[in-house]
Amino acid sequence: MNTLLDLLSWISLVAGSSFIIIGAIGLIRFPDFFTRLHAASVIDTLGCIFIMLGLMLQAGLGIVTVKLFLVVIFILFTTPTAAHALAKAALHGEVKPLLHHSGD
Amino acid sequence: MFAVTTVAILVAMLLALGRALLGPTLYDRILAVNTFGTITVLFIAIFGFLTERPEFLDIALVYALINFITTIAVLKFFEYGDMGRSSLDQQESDI
Repeated sequence: MNTLLDLLSWISLVAGSSFIIIGAIGLIRFPDFFTRLHAASVIDTLGCIFIMLGLMLQAGLGIVTVKLFLVVIFILFTTPTAAHALAKAALHGEVKPLLHHSGD
Repeated sequence: MFAVTTVAILVAMLLALGRALLGPTLYDRILAVNTFGTITVLFIAIFGFLTERPEFLDIALVYALINFITTIAVLKFFEYGDMGRSSLDQQESDI
């Protein structure tokens, strides 16, 4: 049972690390503000959820797991709000999305 | 296994910092700082487990709160040019 929990926790931690690296690479490489926003949201949702899930499986039942759960819930509530505010502010600030040009 | 995740988080922090320094527009920088804050919350949590002191999680919770408030406040300032103005005269008043 303990080995199974360790295995699940390691898989979760490695998955979270991969998603964080993928999101950070996208943050550097993508050509446009709105695509970078999309890449950053990968870090905020999938990376955060998987890493916190791995830590919860390591911690077992207790106050630590409750705190980790609170952090996850808080991040899941706040980061979409921040991303929406960023996109809206960028549109107000006349950052145009990079669109595909069929002509020229 | 905690060490692998810590290294991944540090690499992601470097990349986010690079976008914050490079970013052509202001919003790219704000996005990079927001992402950096989220990664910092994860780093604090996993650093507590790495050093076997999970009490750091309180700091992570407070850091997530401050990160959100910072992003919203900076965006409000740069979108409307003012922090304290009542926005009743605006059609799109809520951020």
